Amino acid sequence: MTKKYGMVIDITKCNGCYNCFLSCRDEHCGNDYLPYAASQPMQGHFWMRVIEKERGKYPKVKVAYTAIPCMQCETPTCVAASMNGGAYQRDDGIVIIDPAKAVGQKEIVNSCPYRVIYWNEEKRLPQKCTFCAHLLDQGWKEPRCVEACPTGALIFGDLNDPNSEVAKLVAGGQTEALHPEYELKPKVKYIGLPKRFVAGEVVFKDKQDECAEGVKVTLKGDGVEKTIKTDNYGEFEFEGLAVDRPYTVTIEHKGYAVKKIKAKTKVDVYLGEILLSKAVAKK
Amino acid sequence: MSEQVFTSCTVGGAISVYVKDGKIVRVRPIVIDEKDMKPWTIEAKGKKFSPPKKVKTAPFAMTERIRVYSEERIRYPMKRVDFDPNSKDRRTQNRGKSGYERISWDEAINIVAGEIKRIRETYGPEAVTGITSSHHNWGTMGYKTGPFMRFLGSLGFSFVFDNPDSWEGFHFGAIHTYGYFWRLGCPEPYDMLEDTLKNAEMVVYWSNDPAATWGTYTGGESQIWRLWTREAGIKQVFIDPFCNYAASTIGDKWIAPKVGTDLAMAFAIAYVWIKDGSYDKKFVDGRTVGFEQFRDYVLGKEDKVPKTPQWAEKICGVPARQITALAKEWASKRTILSCGVRGGFGGAMRLAYGHEWARLMVLLAAMQGLGSPGSGMWGGGMGGPFDGNFFFPGYADVDGRLFSTRAANKQINNPVQQRLYRLFVPECFTNPPVEWIGEGFCGQSIEQQLKPYKYPLEGKSEVKMFYRYGSSFIGTMTETNRWVKAYQSPKLEFLVNQDCWWGGETKFADIILPACTNLERDDIAEFGNAGGYSAHGSSGANWRIIVRQKKCIEPLYESKSDYQIFGLLAEKLGVKDDYTDGGKTEMDWVKRYFEISDLPKRISWEEFDKKGYYVVPVPDNYKPTPAYRWFYEGRPCDTPDYLNPKRNTDKAHELSSYSGKIEFVSQSLAKHLPDDKERPPMPRYIDSWEGPASPLAKKYPLQLMSPHPRYSFHTHYDTHSSWLKEIPGHRIIIDGYAYWTVRIHPSDAEPRGISNGDVVRLYNDRGSVLGAAFITERCKPGVVHSYCSSIKYDPLEPGKPYSTDKGGCVNLLTSVRTLSKNAPGMAPNSCLIEIEKWEA
Repeated sequence: MTKKYGMVIDITKCNGCYNCFLSCRDEHCGNDYLPYAASQPMQGHFWMRVIEKERGKYPKVKVAYTAIPCMQCETPTCVAASMNGGAYQRDDGIVIIDPAKAVGQKEIVNSCPYRVIYWNEEKRLPQKCTFCAHLLDQGWKEPRCVEACPTGALIFGDLNDPNSEVAKLVAGGQTEALHPEYELKPKVKYIGLPKRFVAGEVVFKDKQDECAEGVKVTLKGDGVEKTIKTDNYGEFEFEGLAVDRPYTVTIEHKGYAVKKIKAKTKVDVYLGEILLSKAVAKK
Repeated sequence: MSEQVFTSCTVGGAISVYVKDGKIVRVRPIVIDEKDMKPWTIEAKGKKFSPPKKVKTAPFAMTERIRVYSEERIRYPMKRVDFDPNSKDRRTQNRGKSGYERISWDEAINIVAGEIKRIRETYGPEAVTGITSSHHNWGTMGYKTGPFMRFLGSLGFSFVFDNPDSWEGFHFGAIHTYGYFWRLGCPEPYDMLEDTLKNAEMVVYWSNDPAATWGTYTGGESQIWRLWTREAGIKQVFIDPFCNYAASTIGDKWIAPKVGTDLAMAFAIAYVWIKDGSYDKKFVDGRTVGFEQFRDYVLGKEDKVPKTPQWAEKICGVPARQITALAKEWASKRTILSCGVRGGFGGAMRLAYGHEWARLMVLLAAMQGLGSPGSGMWGGGMGGPFDGNFFFPGYADVDGRLFSTRAANKQINNPVQQRLYRLFVPECFTNPPVEWIGEGFCGQSIEQQLKPYKYPLEGKSEVKMFYRYGSSFIGTMTETNRWVKAYQSPKLEFLVNQDCWWGGETKFADIILPACTNLERDDIAEFGNAGGYSAHGSSGANWRIIVRQKKCIEPLYESKSDYQIFGLLAEKLGVKDDYTDGGKTEMDWVKRYFEISDLPKRISWEEFDKKGYYVVPVPDNYKPTPAYRWFYEGRPCDTPDYLNPKRNTDKAHELSSYSGKIEFVSQSLAKHLPDDKERPPMPRYIDSWEGPASPLAKKYPLQLMSPHPRYSFHTHYDTHSSWLKEIPGHRIIIDGYAYWTVRIHPSDAEPRGISNGDVVRLYNDRGSVLGAAFITERCKPGVVHSYCSSIKYDPLEPGKPYSTDKGGCVNLLTSVRTLSKNAPGMAPNSCLIEIEKWEA
């Protein structure tokens, strides 16, 4: 069976060191690899872009780094938008913008909804990540970005080889596409794309010098219902929630009045300190 | 010409350098034959952890190619246009604003050698001083301890003591608590990775961002260790006013004290443990001294102020309940305290009384049984499985330094007794006499840091000439407008700067000499191993790799190797034979270093030179010896900590503090400085002289924290590697100018009308610096985070002290005041500022 190259990007392992971005620049800036790619300009192109997304509010903050190379779509819009073979897909699935034939075809840049194609003004050329095809064809095992990643957050291999790590991860069902709604069948998949969290700290109003550990917190909404207990800091966190959905958080503890808080996950929600008051005894 | 691949090494990792037609075309992590990689495995918590067969560098190492070809390389020897070596008037007031003209190497060497000769003959050898920056290159032979020191040592010169920079608190505090002066107060690291994974339940990273400090010199190698820690189910808690890179990505909990108030939090943790009785009483009884006095202070018996979490909350801004919860969790779980270098370098010890925090770190670790399984102290950037018995010299080892190594036939002893202290060099140039205590890096003894010094020495000349190598001080020292003023001092008759690149200080020199990078000359070195005070530093890498650093290309433009440049001067000044040790070439030295190491026992020179590397394997029968386990168990030290003076003696079971134990009440301070109120024999909480409780906070309400940078190293790479300008965590390009990144919380930005991406001015009475606002929830409100170490000093009014700097040297804003009176370490994180939107 022919090879089909793919990449899995595990965001949970990335701390945003930019080794991928920099090693990509080292490979491609000032170096022509014809007929794979002309050299990348020294500034302004991000064939391997790293997006830093800050989540939550002080003091509940997380950062997710999403590395975004060309998605190497199985149904690439850039190929469809190109003329005279300006962009094409190889048998191994790698999408190449031909550095000679694509000259002047700016519409190739605009055809990509992932915005991973960059216009080289000097060369009048659309350019993007090639999975370092020029190296793979020489026998390299992986592109420069993958080699340079210190944590193994970038995984590269043959999706058609069931024993490859990428194929196993995809088969394991943990991976997902970035923007599946584009329906372009990208061969770059993600683990741990940031979703939304709802978090907070429960504080007993009458005992503010103690952390409210073991308080029952229930989250309900968007067809899910989850119950957890606050940790030793009185904190709770519901992670991996859907975007822009209404949820209700219910906080219950014996002897205290039940508290309900509404949260909408347009962004990650940190509810801050939530004071629980003593239940008022019924007369 | 076909492609050639050379091996080399950088401060961020070992690399393979691809060269085509005499030009570098690619730099990748060093490529090692898989047959040469025998991975170790740690089994812990039912899992197996083993490193991938690859080498991982720091990000900046991947920019080595464009750094070599940087537009900011110094290309030719240069002379300041209004500098005339034949005139008495040196127009020193124009330093920093005058332009330069190109001169020939002959002319440059004649001027420099002529001035050295004139000044020595007129004033004596004491009148010449010089100092290098650190870390711009890598290589045992060619590093700053190499040609520079051998040349000036051969001549005789006023040596400049380096102030301990980066681990100040441990140097001035921890040494008086548990010894370890040979590590400058930092803990031994051995086998702590294995101990953590196997035995720990929690790691508390206190003022430590292991994702930003790269194990110092071991690049990205240990980044995976934090993922293993997570995989092993070990909770990772971070204490830092900034939600740092490790905290924000793999942290389970972030606790943010106000800058410089960590000490109060530490005392409150001790309070909870004492109240609960949840400390290791057996260890405290048997292995420490002075606990009763400490306990009484913590409980408030001494000053009527119990150091409760409620007390600490008022100071540090962390809710008392959170401090209590942390203390209780720490006592109930086997916890590694992660601080104290190689991963550490934390800001909590680089501020007012930072030595007291460092002492408390050792004392808290002691209260939980330092050295018991899973309860050690570990920075997180050394301490992997490692063959500590295989010897290869690092540049800071006696055998690594070109002047003292046994690789030489003749060792060089600088005959001049006069000394300067780096932190106070500007005062030496502008306002002598200057007094201080301590011999800089005090790795020989506890007493070494108590020795008083005075400049100038009685009856000796002040310095008239400064041979400066590098350009880092405005970006790394404190209150650095002092340097701008000092360089213009008429006392300084002659100022040379030698470097590979232009930087903030270059433009003050009278003569500028272009050096080549270590990719343009031959050398030999070990990845991650500086040696000396951080012995076995390469245990922060998964692979111990000794690299034959090859000359990849010819020196660019008219640059020369440092060994050549100082050779030319040595010849003119009649010390060539001493300098070259009887005519050694660079390659002769490289071979000699090979010969004095353990390499010949394993590999021939020819094979090593051909292959370009040797990987020192972890022995098959490897037996881990975790740090401090010997001390906990009362056994003789069994770690390979070769500089420990009691090792292999009848006192090998003791620490090297005066009592041989951990000292709640320091016996060394009690003996030598019993009346020091700022660093008393027993640590106490004192409010910062420039903190949130200071009167100055009314005028300058924001606290500036300026840790070591993440995407550059020291001042290196930065703008010399232009790609870094496009990493928003490093610099932000606004209207074509790459401003230094300044992080600020929205609640501080909004009332000042500051939006994300605005150019902002940071200022106080000491300086004024521009940067780019990065608004973030990762800063505690009231805290501004901006890394130290900008290489670019770009004053709006060149040559004018206190001019606003566009380049981003936030160190201009910091205070020269030291940790405390008798502890001359830098305190850059005790710095109050105000910020405004900059309208140019």
